[in-house]
Amino acid sequence: MNLTRQRANEIFDKVLKYSTADETEATVSATNYALTRFANNTIHQNVTEENLSLSVRLVSEGRMARVGTNKLDEASIRQLCEDALILTRLQPPDPELLRMPGPQTYRAVARSFSETAELTPQARAEAVAKVVVAAEADHLTTAGVFASGSSAYALFNSRGMQAFHEETTSEFSVTMMNETGSGWAKKTAPYWPEIEPLELADRARQKALASQEPKEIAPGRYTVILEPAAMLDLLGFMILDFSGLAVHEQRSCLTGRVGQKVFGENINFRDDAYHPLQTGAPFDGEGIPRQRLPLVENGEVKNLVYSRQTAHKLGAQPTGHALALPNELSEAPLNIVMEGDRSSLDDMIRSTERGVLVTRFWYIREVDPYHKILTGMTRDGTFWIEGGEVRHAVKNLRFNQSLVDMLNQVETLGSPQRTAGEESFEMVVPAAKIRDFNFASTTKY
Amino acid sequence: MKEFAIWALDTALARGATYAEVRVLDTRRRYLSTKNGQCSQVRESQSMGLGLRVIADGAWGFASTDMLTRANVDRIADLAVEVARASALTKKRDVELTPEAKIVEQWAAPCRIDPFHVPISSCLELMLKVDAELRRVRGVTLAETGMDFRRVEQFFLSSLGSEIYQLKTQTGAGYVATSFAGNEIQRRSYPNSFGGQYQTKGYELVEELNLLENAPRIAEEAVALHKCDQCPAGVKDIILDSSQLGLQIHESIGHPIELDRVLGAEANFAGMSFLTVDKLGKLKYASDIVNVVADATPAHGPGLGTFAYDDEGVPSQSTPIIKDGLFVGYLTSRESAAAIGQKHSTGAMRADGWNRIPLIRMTNVSILPGTWKPEDMIADTDDGIYMETNRSWSIDDRRYNFQFGTELGWEIHGGKKTRMLKNPSYGGITTEFWNSCDAICGPDYWTLWGTPNCGKGQPMQSMGTGHGAAPARFRKVQVGVAYPG
Repeated sequence: MNLTRQRANEIFDKVLKYSTADETEATVSATNYALTRFANNTIHQNVTEENLSLSVRLVSEGRMARVGTNKLDEASIRQLCEDALILTRLQPPDPELLRMPGPQTYRAVARSFSETAELTPQARAEAVAKVVVAAEADHLTTAGVFASGSSAYALFNSRGMQAFHEETTSEFSVTMMNETGSGWAKKTAPYWPEIEPLELADRARQKALASQEPKEIAPGRYTVILEPAAMLDLLGFMILDFSGLAVHEQRSCLTGRVGQKVFGENINFRDDAYHPLQTGAPFDGEGIPRQRLPLVENGEVKNLVYSRQTAHKLGAQPTGHALALPNELSEAPLNIVMEGDRSSLDDMIRSTERGVLVTRFWYIREVDPYHKILTGMTRDGTFWIEGGEVRHAVKNLRFNQSLVDMLNQVETLGSPQRTAGEESFEMVVPAAKIRDFNFASTTKY
Repeated sequence: MKEFAIWALDTALARGATYAEVRVLDTRRRYLSTKNGQCSQVRESQSMGLGLRVIADGAWGFASTDMLTRANVDRIADLAVEVARASALTKKRDVELTPEAKIVEQWAAPCRIDPFHVPISSCLELMLKVDAELRRVRGVTLAETGMDFRRVEQFFLSSLGSEIYQLKTQTGAGYVATSFAGNEIQRRSYPNSFGGQYQTKGYELVEELNLLENAPRIAEEAVALHKCDQCPAGVKDIILDSSQLGLQIHESIGHPIELDRVLGAEANFAGMSFLTVDKLGKLKYASDIVNVVADATPAHGPGLGTFAYDDEGVPSQSTPIIKDGLFVGYLTSRESAAAIGQKHSTGAMRADGWNRIPLIRMTNVSILPGTWKPEDMIADTDDGIYMETNRSWSIDDRRYNFQFGTELGWEIHGGKKTRMLKNPSYGGITTEFWNSCDAICGPDYWTLWGTPNCGKGQPMQSMGTGHGAAPARFRKVQVGVAYPG
């Protein structure tokens, strides 16, 4: 189902026709998505989905409500507008509610590729079949996904704001395993040839073969080398802390720390929706253009992100990071780019006398919100390093580690790359070598 | 609904599918929230569409759409068969399903007060009263409340001849008081964390929860936690309140017994399970007093895993999982049950919407009540910690090594609660932990908790599961593990 700007305009015209609210915002979203899932060396789930939905936000006499539907006939749109207006009237007014923004100007981004949008079930299955052949050659079992899709998103309001974004997405994620070891690799990209399924499968295969017969090591503090996916999934737990409202409401780990040197000198990251390895729309949930914004420079927390509403409340400037209203979280940086250095993984391993190499983490959860202690497990490729070489696989470990402390213990950074994990959205992050990382217990495999 | 389902089914079969099932869903959701005295969200959504799952050339295909026209349903049926034929490219053998009976029936979950008929202004009035009570306590820096209502109307049709209509209404409500002081954020939630309590019933759930009456206590506890001692590290007996035990069951029993996980279907994402098929009927999972069932029948109660038929059209069942400590059962589908030689599915296939395939999901995985009273259990404990309300949870991808944190703890010394403790945590290995259970409270203390957002599958599906639990004691558990020394 394709959504053009013209089709979105037509839907918005119908919304305006039936909305009698003071202000009206409409979001039209279209998704075409397909995912081929394999396990035990065969495709076991294979799905497609198409959806076109409308979400309307009305403001009337200082009250706001949002109503959504995927029924887009004239009668349903009329009913939607009537329902939304009723919902606004059943709540107390919000004296701080701002008027909707007017027209904006956006920088173009190119994130939609026909090669990805037109990928067929047959093409995905053929790629999976080659991965299965590679696994079976080494008597391994493989599991994973090959997904592709396209989406379009239009945001309009009755003050003349019009925003439209379309992009494509592709993902290949693969595990190779046998009874005594496993390896994993994953990539996502708007242009599907960049995800290179066979190259990822080979990486997972090599890790699986190197993971055999893991040995147990004692819990304790170790130097770790975190591959980018492991780094990503930890950093993702700090993103909401950069919300201006979260700091104001004292629910952020950065409360009382803005402007201070919270992390090590070598820690720098920014939000940058225009970075060539980033994805997503160049505007936020209210249609405000996304700004490039340094968040941490040389370890110092330089900036927070602000929606219009939070900025108005706190006397700051909006940064283009609002989530769609209404929303308790208000804003978040969703296009993180962390700076790195030139060290390769091999360089980091060679410079490590005793340490642990981590492919990825699993089931990470926040234990303490202010000290930002996280817990989780290693998974699919954890190795012991000694004398500058990977010696053997180790049984998976549970960590309990403060992210704030960890970002003060980074010794070396690799070169940043677009990275996909399973616990966070994609970012551009490097691998990192970190001292005194706290492993609390081991598991049985 | 029905005419589109029939059209999709017939078209798929005409295109060469050897099995087909259609689900047409119409889902309505209303979410309300407040924050620090202001209405925060008033949001409503509706989604309707059709999902068609087929077997063709011996392999699975699925296609879904929200455009319910005859031409589009015809195209989707074509696509589902095309997808199945692509799947067949890597097949090792044809998909086999257990034989199940044809069902023609309608069922509606009991709902005494339709939450969509309760005026939003009444809901917000109660929520803002709770909010005011929370903020009345000095030191509460953030008060948040929420209510969540969902109605799912589903028509299922399969080439077995089944035609099943089901209507479910679900309600959730709860609140949290947050207190920031010094360098510490503390939270207390009621009646449970991460959204509160959820059940398959109407607004009567909200009336049963005594939300307003509990607000002052919850707020005071959130503030008091700052002045408490840290939970010590060491080996102690622990008593888990029923909500925390519910999540313990979810993570360390509910997920490991999903047979698709055991057979490797989730190996790349949600993980596998230590409960390999050779352990069925042999593994001493828990101590002799532990009995666990997976029970989707309405007789078990209004859990989020309660229904009449699963999304393969299999009747809901009560399946023994742990009997007197012995591991005796899995959650299964028609395909996975056939794969291990079982005659029938245990009816645990569930999809979270019209655009998703059914997966093996927990129903109501519940521990059966014991005979103890909480006060007797405390009196019988010499050196322990009572832990209340989950704060963090994590377990490895085969479900051995777990770690949980709770919002609040009470030290138990010499059979008495002595002092409040902050930042409690405990960890262990699943079977060792469950074998250390030596006391479970009785039916009067048993609650059927709802976990509204269990994630599994790719594309990710979020499912509601139920967990009945009463407070229980576990001996010699490692506590205070979450805070690095």
